[in-house]
Formats: sequence, C-alpha cells, structure tokens
Amino acid sequence: MSRLTESLVELIRRTSAEIPDDVQSAILRGLEQEKEGTIAKSALEIIERNIDLAKRKSQPICQDTGSILFYVDCPVGLNQVEFEQEARDAVKEATRLGYLRQNSVDSITGKNDGTNLGPGSPNLHFHQHASDEIAVRLVLKGGGCENVGAQFSLPNTPLKANRDLDGCRKVILEAVHQAQGKGCGPGILGVCIGGDRASGYEFSKREFLRKLDDRNPDSKLDELEQDILSTANELGIGPMGFGGKTTLLGVKIGAANRVPASYFVSVSYMCWAFRRHGATLASDGEITGWLY
Amino acid sequence: MTHNLSSPISEEAVRKLKVGDQVLISGVVFTGRDAVHKYLHEGGTLPDGVNLDGGILYHCGPVVLKDDNGDWQVTAAGPTTSIREEPYQGDIMKQFGIRGVIGKGGMADKTLAACQEHGAVYLHAIGGAAQVLAECITRVRDVHMLEEFGSPEAVWELEVQDFPAVVTMDSHGGSLHKDVHAQSGDALAKRR
Repeated sequence: MSRLTESLVELIRRTSAEIPDDVQSAILRGLEQEKEGTIAKSALEIIERNIDLAKRKSQPICQDTGSILFYVDCPVGLNQVEFEQEARDAVKEATRLGYLRQNSVDSITGKNDGTNLGPGSPNLHFHQHASDEIAVRLVLKGGGCENVGAQFSLPNTPLKANRDLDGCRKVILEAVHQAQGKGCGPGILGVCIGGDRASGYEFSKREFLRKLDDRNPDSKLDELEQDILSTANELGIGPMGFGGKTTLLGVKIGAANRVPASYFVSVSYMCWAFRRHGATLASDGEITGWLY
Repeated sequence: MTHNLSSPISEEAVRKLKVGDQVLISGVVFTGRDAVHKYLHEGGTLPDGVNLDGGILYHCGPVVLKDDNGDWQVTAAGPTTSIREEPYQGDIMKQFGIRGVIGKGGMADKTLAACQEHGAVYLHAIGGAAQVLAECITRVRDVHMLEEFGSPEAVWELEVQDFPAVVTMDSHGGSLHKDVHAQSGDALAKRR
C-alpha cells in the first residue's frame, strides 16, 4: 500500500471512530443543560458513553458510516486521477477493516458488492489552490440525517416566506420542525441561501467543514445563525426528538449567487454523530498535521 | 420506570408498557429493514428458522466482521430511521405476531393503530450509539438472506443482554412523537 493510501485509511479510521473536539464540547454542553431524570438526559449520557467507547475500540461511532465525501485542496499539478485511485483503494481497505460498513448499493440491481466503490462512491471534490500544501477533509454523512435535508423555493406561500432573510429563517425553522428526531438530533445545520438546486445542496454541505464554535464573518448571516440556533432550542424537540432543550448544536449558513428567477434555500442536516476530520499531507502522502 | 423485557413477549406484558418507560431488552432480536419489509409486504415468506411470534424486530443494519475463528462479530449496531417502514410495519406486525419494534425516530398513525389493535410497542433506541448497543449483543446466532440483500439489509439473528430503549409508542394509542411534534409546532408558531 502506498503512503498516501495508508494516510487516507488513517483519515477514514479517525473520522469514523473519533468525534471532533468541537462537536464533543457542544454535546457536553447539551448534556449539562438537560434536566436530571429525563429521557433527553439519559439519551445524551448514552451518546457520551458511545463517543468514548468508539474512540477506545477504534470502531465506528455509528454503524451507518454514510456517504463518503472527500474535499481535497491541492497544489496546481497534483495528479487527480492517481489521487482518486488511491482514495478508492483506501475506501476498500477501510471497509475490509470495518471502519466503514458495506454501505454502497447499486440503485438499479439492489446489489451491494461490499466494497463501497461505485458510481458516486466515494465522492471527491478537488479544489486547486496557490500553495504547495495538500489538505484533505473527509465527511461521513449518514443516511438518516441526509433524508431529512430539505430544499425550499421562495416565496413559499404556506410558510409566508418571502425572498428575504426573514423568509429564509422561516423555512430553515420549518426544516428543523419537520426533521424532529429522525435525523438523530441534536443536529447541526448546513445551509446555503441561493445557488441552483444542485449547487445549493453542494454548498450547504461545505458549511459542515467549518468548526462549530467559529463565527460567520458576514454579520447578517452570523445574526441569522445565532437566531436559528437559539429559537430551535426553544422548540422542545430535544435529543432524538424525546423532548428537551438540545435540538441543535450548531447552525452554519453560507450564500451563493442565484439567477433572478430562482431563490433556493437548501438545508442539510447533520446528526450528532458528526464525523468530520482533515489532514495536511506532504507531497509523498505522509500526514503532517490534523485540521480539527 | 425501568422494565426488563425478554423475548418472546406476551401480549399481557406488552400491554403494561407505557410511553416514557425505559426498558432493558434481553433475549433474541431479528434485524430487518427496508429490503426485508418490502419483501415481506409483497408476500415473501420468512426464511427457515425465523420465528417472529412474540418476537422483537430491530430496524438495524449492523457492521459485522468474521473473526479469526470464522465467527461473526457485530462491531457496530445502532438503529436506523423507522419511518421508512411505515407503509409496511403495521401489517407485518400483525401477520407475524411481532410484539416489539426497535428503531429510531418513531413511526406514524398506521403503525400506532396496529400497536393498539394487536398489542405491540415501539422501542426507541439511541440513534448513532452503535458502540454502546453493539456491546449489548452477546452472540450472533445466525444470518438469513445475506446473499439477496447484502450485509446491512440481511436478517441477523442476535442474542442481546440489557439492550436499552425507551417506549415511545405504546399499545394504548400513546405516542411521544405525536406529542412532541404538536408541542414543538405550537412553539414554532409563536416564534415565526
């Protein structure tokens, strides 16, 4: 196995088994807020125990190891064809080792060949930058939370949502209410205002690369993020939809330009088992640092 | 209140359970998710050796590896979202005599009505808690339909000990999911 493949297997292992520090801190804050003796509290206690156990045993935090999303920032001239092949080798090996579930199904025949390789799996996004550094970020996004994502086209008459930030607020909160506990809350929202139907969801997922405790540099979006986080946590949906104070752990909102005719708001929901890590790599593929 | 629940479960035992009760499940559970529900609902028969009468069905697609002795080991096994089985669950519950369904996220009116009519409960496990729940699985007794459906969709026959769950839908028409949906809807209406 090449050094790059080994590094990518380690990135997959770490992502599947170890929750990032920023997410764990947010879960702990939620645990402190829930009332003693409630099922919300006991749910978060089990979650906390699960996080420790997964790390200790180096096994998946959640059995649904999800869609495999690589985001690669790379120098001009990196051989993307080779990199993609090494990523596929790493996915196959990580599946054999049990860091990933046999999770990829042929949509037409229904067959699961157990390799996690096929059209769209894994999913790699390359972005060239003016630096020698290779930075690889990985998100493993489970199906339960993916299924509760929602895309709205504004204006939306039943929700009285117009084409402005108040309209965005209304539809984003509607998505939280529709999701209830089905996406394994407490959740994290990645939102894109604008774009088209494809890029809207694509950009909404990129918001998951931000740390939970960062602040949006755009003051209007920052205000909207804080408002939705606090309002959602007043709705009483709680962990797993059991009722309680911790419905969301974070809200991240970005914007993309749109054509005048369209105004989409795309909401991606991430479960508490927010599996996201990243590493910087030397040109020979060796890991030189961790990003989260 | 915490109850110990062992399979097979009698109707009498299941009728005592109420929304909000915490349970520790021991005995045998069978996994079954999307492919199995559609198959059974279309008239498919249960594989030999699978008896769901008084039994517990677990909406779960585990990670299972073969150890050096050739034995199956479950290394991750949390619940999957149950609402996808809503079109099928009530009928399957009644047809095969299932008394408990373990899953996450809750189910809707058709399943709730079947729970009431037939005498069954929905047991909510903690979504994502794949390690805590895998530790409660003491043995893999068998696997069925592995070839047809693949590992996550197969019917795994598992022995469990003190598997934690919460009754969120009972056999008396109670549903925590319905209550939380309504209450959070009211709270949202005030904040729009």
